[in-house]
Amino acid sequence: MLVFRRWIQIAATLLSNAFLLFPLTRNLYQGRLKSICVPGLNCYSCPAATGACPLGAMQSLFANIRPSIQAGRIHIGLYVIGFLGLIGTLIGRMPCGWLCPFGFFQELVFKIPSRKYEIPRILTAGKYVFLGLFVIILPLFVVDEFGYGQTWFCKYVCAAGTLEAGIPMSGLQPQLRHLWGWLFFNKVLILLILLVLMVFIRRPFCRMICPLGAIYSLFNRLSIFKMVYHPDKCVHCQQCYKNCPMGVRFYEGANQPDCIRCLKCMQESCKYGAISFEIAGIQLEMPRHKEEHPKVMSDI
Amino acid sequence: MPKGIYGKINFYLIAFFILLILFGINTGETSAVWEKAVSLCLSCMGIG
Repeated sequence: MLVFRRWIQIAATLLSNAFLLFPLTRNLYQGRLKSICVPGLNCYSCPAATGACPLGAMQSLFANIRPSIQAGRIHIGLYVIGFLGLIGTLIGRMPCGWLCPFGFFQELVFKIPSRKYEIPRILTAGKYVFLGLFVIILPLFVVDEFGYGQTWFCKYVCAAGTLEAGIPMSGLQPQLRHLWGWLFFNKVLILLILLVLMVFIRRPFCRMICPLGAIYSLFNRLSIFKMVYHPDKCVHCQQCYKNCPMGVRFYEGANQPDCIRCLKCMQESCKYGAISFEIAGIQLEMPRHKEEHPKVMSDI
Repeated sequence: MPKGIYGKINFYLIAFFILLILFGINTGETSAVWEKAVSLCLSCMGIG
């Protein structure tokens, strides 16, 4: 299953970035596929991108609400909100663990051998601040004299944009380098800090910053796909926590906001069958060897 | 909360979000997304 997840992550990354003619065209893909959002964080200004980043699209629609309404168009972000809500209702935060290219990238960087650290739990609330402030409030309400807002998260924070678009496009179109200023170097600094953190901390961007993950996490408890915890089988060995790419303590409850449903805990960590999943209320469990609960064994 | 309640909530949420998507497509939001996605986003790159 874990190898299968890796292949899905590779396939999702390649499909989201399938425009391989960009070294020849030196420009973005211009096809109609770009009107469709991808489920993960993948900058649409990445030269290979074949879909639209839902977060960028949402901010863009929010930032242009006033001019579009004045022009008689009702472009208020319903398409993107509906898209994210539908995915969230079906599988919760699963796209973060299976389909997000930037999440996949962080997992690969974390494999670099080093001492690993944990972040204070309070910092995981940061993603909701970024969602509320940088994706919703600021693009909606801070506007210029013509009513146009800005894509605040993309412009000031998003490290995926710097990595996937800023640096490669500056290589493809050298004239862009003349436009580098404090904003660009600020974003490069954010990216560098995050790259260092990725070596030592599990998925720091997903856990502390990503507004897309924050949106999906709101659906974790009510999605059709759900993780299930069996407290009677749990021995609190904490193996699920030690192996979790998001540092989730599964024994504190299933479907926590940071659970990305990668199933690593179920497949690789828990030997006692304390973790399973259900789809639309039908409980499923992947076949694997289960050890007896030590309490049960001692009773025999 | 009983499981049946979650099932109903899921059903209504799915229907609601599909309606949002259809409404967005009908009002031309996909074209707005496309226009944004095919032009170089200087903000995303940290340039503009």
